[in-house]
Amino acid sequence: MSATDRALAAPPRTMRLPEALLAVLGAAALVLVAFLAPWLKFVLTVALAKGIAVLGILLLLRAGQVSFGHSMFLAVGAYTVAFLAPAVPEALLLLPLGALLAGILGLVIGLFVVRYRDIFFGMLNLALSMVLYSLLEKLYALTKGTDGIRVSGLTFAGITPDRETQEWVMFGLALVLAIGFGLLVRAYLASPMGRALAGIKTRETRLEFMGVSARRVLLFAYVMSAVMGGVGGTLVAMTTRHVTPQLAYWTSSGELVFIAILGGAGSALGPFLGATAFELVRVYAAAAVADAWQMILGGVLLAVILFAPGGLWGMLTSRLKGRGA
Amino acid sequence: MAEWLTDNGLLLGLALLDGLAYAALVFMVAVGLNMVFGVLRIVNVAHGSLFAIGAYTAASVGIFFASLGLPAWASYVALLLAAALVGGILGPLIERLILRRIYGQEEVLQLLVTFALFMILEDVQKLIWGVQPIMQDTPMKFLGTVEVPFGEDTIPFTAYQLFVLPGVAVATLAGLAWFLRRTLTGRVIVAVTTDKEAAMAMGIDAAKVTLLTFTFGAALAALGGALASPTTSLVPGIGAQTIVLSFAVVATAGLGQIEGAAISALMIGLGRSIAVYLAPEFEVVVPYIIMVAVLLVRPQGLFGVLETRRV
Repeated sequence: MSATDRALAAPPRTMRLPEALLAVLGAAALVLVAFLAPWLKFVLTVALAKGIAVLGILLLLRAGQVSFGHSMFLAVGAYTVAFLAPAVPEALLLLPLGALLAGILGLVIGLFVVRYRDIFFGMLNLALSMVLYSLLEKLYALTKGTDGIRVSGLTFAGITPDRETQEWVMFGLALVLAIGFGLLVRAYLASPMGRALAGIKTRETRLEFMGVSARRVLLFAYVMSAVMGGVGGTLVAMTTRHVTPQLAYWTSSGELVFIAILGGAGSALGPFLGATAFELVRVYAAAAVADAWQMILGGVLLAVILFAPGGLWGMLTSRLKGRGA
Repeated sequence: MAEWLTDNGLLLGLALLDGLAYAALVFMVAVGLNMVFGVLRIVNVAHGSLFAIGAYTAASVGIFFASLGLPAWASYVALLLAAALVGGILGPLIERLILRRIYGQEEVLQLLVTFALFMILEDVQKLIWGVQPIMQDTPMKFLGTVEVPFGEDTIPFTAYQLFVLPGVAVATLAGLAWFLRRTLTGRVIVAVTTDKEAAMAMGIDAAKVTLLTFTFGAALAALGGALASPTTSLVPGIGAQTIVLSFAVVATAGLGQIEGAAISALMIGLGRSIAVYLAPEFEVVVPYIIMVAVLLVRPQGLFGVLETRRV
């Protein structure tokens, strides 16, 4: 049995209590760390933002499909903020706008890519994200190329907070959105539409025999995941205050899939667990060995896939079960 | 028209020649990727890193040869030696130590394992060769330039890009076609590609075939890199660039197609160079546009065989 299958086989009902408990504990731990180590607040905010995008990847993984181009939606969200911030500095407007634009792009691309499966699905996503990357890089007059765009000052509900407050606002916003989307994804995966995703993975034809349109099921998940990518992107842009085409490069998409597997595809908590671990390893590895942090991350990824296929979430739950919880 | 040609024709001619040389390089990488996929059923994301390491190794060996005072033609030996070294060492190492553990696993995991390899190799490359551009163009200078007749004029173009690159690519294509169809080892590889279980039941040692194919594919990628090294300065990131491009070539051609890969490499190489000439901003986009357009019409790729749906 493969990793995600094993994770899927775990009945969600019995997991409900520890999962909710772990979510609360996790959120509390993040807030505590942000208080005790203010310099990590930035890292954690980016981790939460990426976690939301990875949550979208998770939906597609349920259907057995891997998008190696999903960071294009992240980039759409991020560039929406960068382009519009001078005209519309209101973060609470830019956020839904970025999500909406990513969702529209997701619908357009989704209509096309849901006809494909497996390698072709992954490659088409990759190709389309590379188109976006190339445009962001080459249309210098519009995007300033690889230099990227600095995000101008933002307001939150009409208020322009000082730097310290803004960091907290962004952290809080990311945390609230992470919880919100986490709950949404849980509810969605438990719904018939969400359950049908697993059907695409195992035997698509059976789904069709039951009168369910596999393409429609996948399209819905794809658009949802694009929206989550867009939300993640707007948050990343607002936090880092600088956007570059690198956001849309295929390696960034690879990182998102990496985080999904690192965290474990079995739970809506996995992406956040994975994203936090990923960003922390990245920060500390980059500080310790500037030229080899990718190597360390790659090593971690290899180790997780070869020795802990359930991801961090799988390790955590098997530990809990082992104690008879 | 005649006036337009005299104004722009030479540039177009140059673009076409450039596209041809470029297509030859892309083909070398894509065909290895394709063969590896055929036997291992794994899309090797780290294939581009083998290209990059091949290129860097070729430059290093070439510089070393020059420091020994060897003549310029020896730089060609350096190219071949680099490809053999990278393929012969990294190929078996990667296949035996890592890929072997994930055969038959979920596609997502396989892709990610090779992605992890890509991340590791990318840093290995930076640790060994640093991030400063490296240039070693002795093989190209050695052959000098040729005046290519074009209409009434001539276009100066390096003989290396005009003859060596397409020549090696055509030789590779013909050699592969002969090897896979006429030799026993080649036919065994085709057998494992078509039906691994049946091949094993016939007594074929699939593990050996897998090792051989991966090493061979790695050497092809490294050779592509080695051949590319004289034409460009080497910087970090060339591996990442190359792999997405060869994905596009392979997907356009259809998985497992050798001759198809040559044709789609040609399409993509020429398409790109015509774009350089017509609308330079869109140069990088063209390969992907071609791929998407082809897959819209033929979801299995130009020459791919449609798989029957699982029931």
